Amino acid sequence: MEFKGYRRADGRVGTRNYVGVLSTVVCANEVTERIAREVHGATAFMHHQGCGQMPTDTARVTQALIGLGTNPNLASVLLVSLGCESVVLEEVANAVAQSGKRVERLVIQEEGGAARSVAKGELLAQDMVREASSLSPSICPVSDLVLGLKCGGSDTTQGLFANPVLGIASDMVVQAGGTSVLGEVTEFIGTEHILARHARTPVVAQGILRLVDRMEARAKAVGCDMRGGQPTGGNIKGGLTTIEEKSLGAIAKAGTAPIEAVYEYGERPRVNGLVVMDSPGREPEILTGLAAAGCTIIGFATGRGAPQGFPFVPVVKITGNIVTWDKLRDHMDCYVGTIMEGTETLPAAGRRVFDELLAFASGRMTKAEISGYTDSMDIYVTGPVI
Amino acid sequence: MDAIMLSEKDNVATALREVTAGEEITVGVQERSMRVRAAQAIAFGHKLAVTDINLGDQILKYGEVIGRATQRIPAGAHAHIHNIESLRGRGDLEAGASGHGV
Repeated sequence: MEFKGYRRADGRVGTRNYVGVLSTVVCANEVTERIAREVHGATAFMHHQGCGQMPTDTARVTQALIGLGTNPNLASVLLVSLGCESVVLEEVANAVAQSGKRVERLVIQEEGGAARSVAKGELLAQDMVREASSLSPSICPVSDLVLGLKCGGSDTTQGLFANPVLGIASDMVVQAGGTSVLGEVTEFIGTEHILARHARTPVVAQGILRLVDRMEARAKAVGCDMRGGQPTGGNIKGGLTTIEEKSLGAIAKAGTAPIEAVYEYGERPRVNGLVVMDSPGREPEILTGLAAAGCTIIGFATGRGAPQGFPFVPVVKITGNIVTWDKLRDHMDCYVGTIMEGTETLPAAGRRVFDELLAFASGRMTKAEISGYTDSMDIYVTGPVI
Repeated sequence: MDAIMLSEKDNVATALREVTAGEEITVGVQERSMRVRAAQAIAFGHKLAVTDINLGDQILKYGEVIGRATQRIPAGAHAHIHNIESLRGRGDLEAGASGHGV
């Protein structure tokens, strides 16, 4: 059980080999996007944060940017800053450089505006791609893989087939010594007693309950019924009635492995095995959180058909809904409706999807990568914009 | 099998195909199956009551509580947001809630 990956200076293994052009603040997005668009092999990460926020959120955005920059799917990193934002460019740059990869900085106010910054950035990124493209992947054990777990566009088939299949694949990654990260705490609501039973220690169980309490309190503070927001209008149309019902299907994607630890949003796991990370369920924020935590591949179970991908982490779509498989074939990677049709057992489908995840980790392109549907990105914040 | 119950304890089943009103369907639960007459059309992926459920009763799926009946749900009836409420994330039920809850 191996895959082909790019081993970096810090020992971590990437499944892709991009030059990352990362915006440190919403105000630098235009320059970031233009640089990456013009340089083949470079990819842009943009978001709506980095300034005009409470210090707790500025710290969270800084940590997320460091996590994204150190993700081993990036060979090197070009940071694009406006120059007057709250996020401290040097703090991000120094932390990413500590992982041993090349880091370049571009400050729009110092360069003399967007046009000069884009020109300089393009030339820098071209040079970085020349370096990165000389690297070759090597055979790596599954223990070097960090899998992110996600589900979305949920319907009833997902809780019955696609999520349990992803859970089996996750268990196989964990059994091989790898890491699997479960987020989407909103979709723990109503099932936290089950997850707490899977915790390795009482401290981990308490951590899970604390995350759920915090997320539910945040939702209840608005003063209305959460239904319609979670479960979403589309979930309800698909037959899901309450968040408790959605959650019972959602947690199946974490399999049966013990939960080893609980982390904050975008925090890198310090242990292997199955871990929980705080995050909401919405795609841009959870995909970014998983990437910041160091996930190098994401398994995404869907019912009604979610097309979203991420700029530099392959997102593999798994569906058990035959209508979705037929209608959204250019977005769906794996079909597991075979279980309902009686042509494949649940364990067999799980093993097949595990093999497919390793193939995607080894360079096979996902439908999201092929179609360019890879811009689902933003950093989760909990305080006001001020 | 036309619908599936995920636990013997459940009082709702999930339709695995489009079910028409008045149709008698087979509901599978573990190795057993039972017959239920659908009182109305049940869309694929939607739920129907497999037993008479009273106002205020807990709704069970996967053997776990997924909500509470807001009215009586007779066996065979469509069970969804019009007759089931969530017990969680209910900011509308909090003291001093400013929303438009019940």
